[in-house]
Amino acid sequence: MELCDLSVSELAGLLRSRQASSVEILDSALKRIATVDGRPGSLEPGSLTDEDRQRVHAFITLTPERARAQAAAVDKVLAEGNDPGPLAGIPFTVKDIFCVEGTPSTAASRILANFVAPYTATPVARLEAAGGIMLGKVNLDEFTYGSSSESSAFQPSPRNPWNLSRVPGGSSGGSAASVAAGEGVLSLGTDTAGSIRQPAAFCGVVGMKPTYGRVSRYGLIAFGSSLDCPGPVARSVSDAACMLRVIAGPDPRDSTAAVVPVPDYLASLEGSIKGLRIGLSPDYFRIAFPDPKTGEYSLQPLPAEIAQIVHSATQKLAGMGAEIVEDVPMPNTRYGIPAYFVISRVEAASNLHRFDGVKYGLRTALPVRDLKDMYRKTRGQGFGPQPKLRILMGMYVSAAQYSAQYYQRALQVRSLIRQDYDEAFDPQGKYRLDALLTPTTPTSAFALGEVYGDSVLMQYADQLTVPANHAGVPGISLPGGIDHEGLPVGIQLLGPDFSEEKLLRLGRSFEMATETEPWRKLRPRILS
Amino acid sequence: MTEQIDIDTFNHLVDLASLELEPGEAEYIRKQLNHQLTAIHELEAIPINSETRPTSHGVPFTPEISPELRQDTWIPCQYPDAILKQAPQTEERYFIVPEIPHTTLE
Repeated sequence: MELCDLSVSELAGLLRSRQASSVEILDSALKRIATVDGRPGSLEPGSLTDEDRQRVHAFITLTPERARAQAAAVDKVLAEGNDPGPLAGIPFTVKDIFCVEGTPSTAASRILANFVAPYTATPVARLEAAGGIMLGKVNLDEFTYGSSSESSAFQPSPRNPWNLSRVPGGSSGGSAASVAAGEGVLSLGTDTAGSIRQPAAFCGVVGMKPTYGRVSRYGLIAFGSSLDCPGPVARSVSDAACMLRVIAGPDPRDSTAAVVPVPDYLASLEGSIKGLRIGLSPDYFRIAFPDPKTGEYSLQPLPAEIAQIVHSATQKLAGMGAEIVEDVPMPNTRYGIPAYFVISRVEAASNLHRFDGVKYGLRTALPVRDLKDMYRKTRGQGFGPQPKLRILMGMYVSAAQYSAQYYQRALQVRSLIRQDYDEAFDPQGKYRLDALLTPTTPTSAFALGEVYGDSVLMQYADQLTVPANHAGVPGISLPGGIDHEGLPVGIQLLGPDFSEEKLLRLGRSFEMATETEPWRKLRPRILS
Repeated sequence: MTEQIDIDTFNHLVDLASLELEPGEAEYIRKQLNHQLTAIHELEAIPINSETRPTSHGVPFTPEISPELRQDTWIPCQYPDAILKQAPQTEERYFIVPEIPHTTLE
């Protein structure tokens, strides 16, 4: 175990008792990065080498000088006897979809490869103000559009630290991989359909999508503006709680950042869960998959191994005093992906119109006839296939003649999905749940190249996470066990609006109930 | 699988979206769009009555949790030079673009 493998509270203790300095903690993280990460993603990667296949490739941009200056500043504050903040000296990575002043902020796209952000996103500014040390920007699917991080324009794309031939998930794949491999103690990710929770599940770490509006989106390069949620990726529930406490809260720069007090999540973290009502829904134990030839959909049972891990978690939580409520109907779960195909594409198309080669980012070097020709060539060269797909689908389904059939209907379906949660969580209702316990993903991490290219199958990787984005409710993915291939499996807890405190408490209870289990001792293969 | 987005519709969308696609790329994207539409058609199976209102945000932003509207006051940008520095082409602090084509509105 190195310093970079320790938890936020362990590092805080060492720092404050002067047993380790912030610079020493940073050096430990930089040494780990040098050992495991390999070359960062680039636009001109050349051929993949054997060595590339043995590395994590979480980063696009490493900012060691910036980090060293921050770490030295923390040590100075400590030496002066002052409080350097709740995340003092904690190295963290940032998904490269957030603007950070003076750093390339690429969205993993060629069209923003040369963009240096003139300002810093609110959640990053809050992490730095709390004494956190930003290590750099980590890779993702281009503009967050994917579930494997393979669509990044910056290759090699990240690999799963548990098995380097598998994807880390996505779109916050670099975030989850960097935390699992001990490169960063924390990472800031975003979740629009599951992009924090799914890679957290694949990489065996904790990932939380807070309630929509819990964390400011200021400085986040937008995808689906009604769905995007910044949130923490961490190795433990306590670390995620520390991070959420820092990044959450109102922000005058984002009118959707809700004016709701931020509780001290750590204060109640190890409180009792006795009497909390946890629901299980059969609708989360059936998965929909499209037949690639006919396009027909079939519902299949969840793989037995994953279902077993969720049921085992249920027993553990029951053993800690939670009440289990079975057969909670969530009948619109299966429509989460079809509705998402419409809503997210309309919002993405709208958000992507700003990339036009005029004010920032790429402008084509080819000769152009006029402005429109410049737009076409710039966007044609700058966007990869995933942004192009989203722009075209978004324009098609929101066109005047199709809007009622697709967009308006999808927004109505979104109401039905929200209604499922409202009924499950209604304190006066039939179920009165505090949380719903589900699997996070229908499978564990799939192989690189196995799904990429089939945009429908890739989207269905998010089928158990996306309903919470439609509804806006918070969710957390926790490591729940290890499958027969040695890959992590995630369990998910979903709760009513702004119930993060309770979800974190339940998550911590599950950690405590399983801390002696053999799978808890396993570490990613890259670290063994 | 039916091809709802035919080549003409696709080319029209590409033009509206101000994109230029390589032929192989265009074929892949059009195929994927039709594939995705098959998934989207699942929505038609859902019984929806006319009282089901569309939801634009999952979380209801009630007045209690919504921030107050800001004062309508002018705040100067703190870093105009950093913004201008990002532009592909500027002249005397203006963004420069190629000739704007003139079109007659029908």
